[in-house]
Amino acid sequence: MLNSKIPDGRLSQKWEEYKGHVQLVNPANKRKLEIIVIGTGLAGASAAASLGEMGYQVKAFCFQDSPRRAHSIAAQGGINAAKNYQNDGDSVFRLFYDTVKGGDYRAREANVHRLAEVSASIIDQCVAQGVPFAREYGGLLSNRSFGGTQVQRTFYAAGQTGQQLLIGAYQALERQVALGSVTMYSRHEMLDIVKIDGKARGIIARNLITGKLERYFGHAVLLCSGGYGNVFYLSTNAMGSNVTAIWKAHKLGAYFGNPCFTQIHPTCIPVSGDHQSKLTLMSESLRNDGRIWVPKKQNDTRRPNEIPEDERDYYLERRYPAFGNLVPRDVASRAAKERCDAGFGVGTSRQAVYLDYAAAIERYGKIECNKLGIDNVSAENIMHHGKEVVKEKYGNLFDMYEKITGENPYDIPMRIYPAVHYTMGGLWVDYDLMTTVPGLYALGEANFSDHGANRLGASALMQGLADGYFVIPYTLGSFLANEIRTAAIPTDHPAFIEAEKLVNDRIHQLKNINGNQSVESLHKKLGKIMWDKCGMERNAEGLKQAINEIQQLKKEFWSDVRIPGDIEEFNPELDKANRVADFIELGELMCIDALQRNESCGGHFREEMQTPEGEALRDDANFQYVAAWEFKGEHEWQVHKEELIFEVAKPTQRSYK
Amino acid sequence: MEHYSMNLTLQIWRQKNSLDKGDFETYEIKDISSEMSFLEMIDVLNEKLINEGKDAIAFDHDCREGICGACSMHINGRPHGPWHATTVCQLHMRAFKNGETIVVEPWRSKAFPVIKDLVVDRSSFDRIIQAGGYISVNTGNAVDANAIPINKDNADDSFAAASCIGCGACVAACKNSSAMLFLAAKVSHLALLPQGKPERKARALNMVAQMDKEGFGSCTFTGACEAVCPKEISITNISRLNKEYFGAGLSIDKQ
Ligand SMILES: Cc1cc2nc3c(=O)[nH]c(=O)nc-3n(C[C@H](O)[C@H](O)[C@H](O)COP(=O)(O)OP(=O)(O)OC[C@H]3O[C@@H](n4cnc5c(N)ncnc54)[C@H](O)[C@@H]3O)c2cc1C
Ligand code: SF4
Ligand code: FES
Repeated sequence: MLNSKIPDGRLSQKWEEYKGHVQLVNPANKRKLEIIVIGTGLAGASAAASLGEMGYQVKAFCFQDSPRRAHSIAAQGGINAAKNYQNDGDSVFRLFYDTVKGGDYRAREANVHRLAEVSASIIDQCVAQGVPFAREYGGLLSNRSFGGTQVQRTFYAAGQTGQQLLIGAYQALERQVALGSVTMYSRHEMLDIVKIDGKARGIIARNLITGKLERYFGHAVLLCSGGYGNVFYLSTNAMGSNVTAIWKAHKLGAYFGNPCFTQIHPTCIPVSGDHQSKLTLMSESLRNDGRIWVPKKQNDTRRPNEIPEDERDYYLERRYPAFGNLVPRDVASRAAKERCDAGFGVGTSRQAVYLDYAAAIERYGKIECNKLGIDNVSAENIMHHGKEVVKEKYGNLFDMYEKITGENPYDIPMRIYPAVHYTMGGLWVDYDLMTTVPGLYALGEANFSDHGANRLGASALMQGLADGYFVIPYTLGSFLANEIRTAAIPTDHPAFIEAEKLVNDRIHQLKNINGNQSVESLHKKLGKIMWDKCGMERNAEGLKQAINEIQQLKKEFWSDVRIPGDIEEFNPELDKANRVADFIELGELMCIDALQRNESCGGHFREEMQTPEGEALRDDANFQYVAAWEFKGEHEWQVHKEELIFEVAKPTQRSYK
Repeated sequence: MEHYSMNLTLQIWRQKNSLDKGDFETYEIKDISSEMSFLEMIDVLNEKLINEGKDAIAFDHDCREGICGACSMHINGRPHGPWHATTVCQLHMRAFKNGETIVVEPWRSKAFPVIKDLVVDRSSFDRIIQAGGYISVNTGNAVDANAIPINKDNADDSFAAASCIGCGACVAACKNSSAMLFLAAKVSHLALLPQGKPERKARALNMVAQMDKEGFGSCTFTGACEAVCPKEISITNISRLNKEYFGAGLSIDKQ
């Protein structure tokens, strides 16, 4: 039975009550307890640093050459917090409510409320560490708005918020490394978990420089390994982002929650050809000021500036007057696809819509000229000042767009199209963030917990740092307080030897296949199946086909992959092969989950289940649960259901009209 | 934007491991689209090498968005290649013409030993941060974020310095292999904020000492670093670091 361990009491009191009663570990015992942290993104770096400060012995791992390069570094737009600095009616409750509603009522109320409660402390902590958030002239922090909300609660540092937050956490982590409480293992990839007497007690990692396998013990293991959007091959995730850490955990008994919940982000630079290796996000913050449109005429080949105002269809403003361009991501993505499929797409591929800054540039230009007291300004002058303002707000994003496409977005509207961006699914965890394996935790994007079927913009950074700085330091105590008598287990214990042998055998098996196809080309095949049949829209027929095709692809992979180089050396192709093998298995489970969920909710859109206007149609009577999948054997899973109870945020049909 | 296709000659540094001597290998590659990124062009070459039964070229990369700082190629004598303020992952092939020869090497510096092919070991940068590139504040000790207003200009300058991605191009470009721009960026980021003030003296001294220990050379202010920095970190940060450093040295002498 799934026990989510949600504390009793009123929703708004649960976390306070919990903190008041959770077991503590005294300082002398903390020094004897060892914790393994996989990943140094926002979740992992903040957890490792905080636990190190508390006195635990921490070992942190990442596969990049430095913890500072974790994928969190690429987050652009911002981080939410219920500070209400703008005095626009924000509150903990409102942030909680927006998140549950934005997630289309498929998240757990208690976790989300806790997230909203700690959000304000995150901003305080980051500022204390020296994170240079954007400020107003008065010296106070600036905010912007993001999709799915009507308040301004997003803190940001130009278009580099993730970078600045991660550097803050990285610095805190390096300080603990200097103090000796954290040992950092960069260029190490966790390839299995070691379980002893039913508890997670260590890992097997591959030293990516030497290629050798190494064993590490921990009283507890924290997986902060990020999301698995790269199962689609093309996504906005970093090239190395992968599912391996949580997949190994899954195969050892950790249930996988809502694997099919994927977020497709509406504003990314469109695919330019077969060579495409990844997709680049244009931050959601751009929807604050940019207007999205397509021509009113089908197959219109005119250049954007030749299309007069009254021949443009600002379809989001038309369909959703209340939220306009700021509807949540799932809604905006599907609306773009709908227009393109109906023949209104732009650009050579016709798989794109315009994101236009002309109106914003003019508006800002006028304000700026007013401020500067310039009278009788020419249109040119207004545009000049407006571009300056836009440059300050979004300069790095505009530059990136120009570098990639060769077009200047200050003068020509950007072409954008939806792309895979984030995975709401992940390891099932209870209120303590513990998986179904005792002693094994999942934090950040790696768990399923807070975003339901759709994540709101600027909430992943918030969740990663909430988990690492403010949740796990408390909740880990409830497990470790009972482990103080467990002495460190030597890594020549048979369980370690056995786990290492399995990993070693698998690597040799992969390497010895010596087939005809590169890892990359097989990964592309998987991506195509997933995008076509388990992407923005899904139907039962397609999903059944996809399951079949993926099972075939698995056979193909294990009989025809070719990995160059040697095992005991630096070998990125081998690293990739390990990851893609796991992605293939995950892909199957995602399709099974999507097939099982015969409703549309958030980012999961089943074609069979939509309203007459084409909006997602939830089925609360039958699907108001978390699907937590237990691994049973090859191609075999069993679903366990955690019923979701909404005491405070009563489910309604989401409406952004 | 007009797109075109090109054939290229590539001379790429191949080195099996840190002990191997290493040498250039020449590759001919055809039908490269001007829309590809430089790394996608290398992907195409690697696919070809794997199909021919050869080992792929190892190179560091992750975000491919110019922000993680992993990518690091010396292209035709310039770290990150020909485009101003651009990491190699953001460099696109329209920077090159049909028939061109392109020479690709790893970062060259004693403090960045080669691991394989184009991959180097930059862990020395992490150790420089460990020496003091942080503010000593434990989780949970913070006051309200708006309790300390910060002058917008200082906040903006601090942010500009903090946008360093730790790629190491500055070191690779410097004839002395100095890491001063990287270090100065960190010292400036923190020294410009009130939160960073209490530790500023020790920070500057300890980080510089660590840089020396790692085998980076000293700075003779040639400006080569600033010219190649993909994040346009300004060399004025080095002047600020020098002020911090000598100020710290003097006040410590007085004690
Ligand atoms: C382009 C982009 C922009 C975004 N912008 C925003 C935004 O503006 N606001 C927002 O809230 N969210 C944003 N997001 C989402 C957000 O960035 C991520 O959800 C979040 O950063 C994930 O953090 P994390 O700590 O969980 O994992 P990550 O940052 O992905 O870190 C994963 C870590 O795990 C390590 N790892 C993984 N597997 C292994 C293994 N097997 N062995 C060892 N180490 C391993 C990696 O080395 C890495 O250190 C954005 C995402 C993208 C792609
Ligand atoms: S200062 Fe510039 S070149 Fe040097 S590491 Fe930082 S970003 Fe790279
Ligand atoms: S790959 Fe991240 S900066 Fe180039």
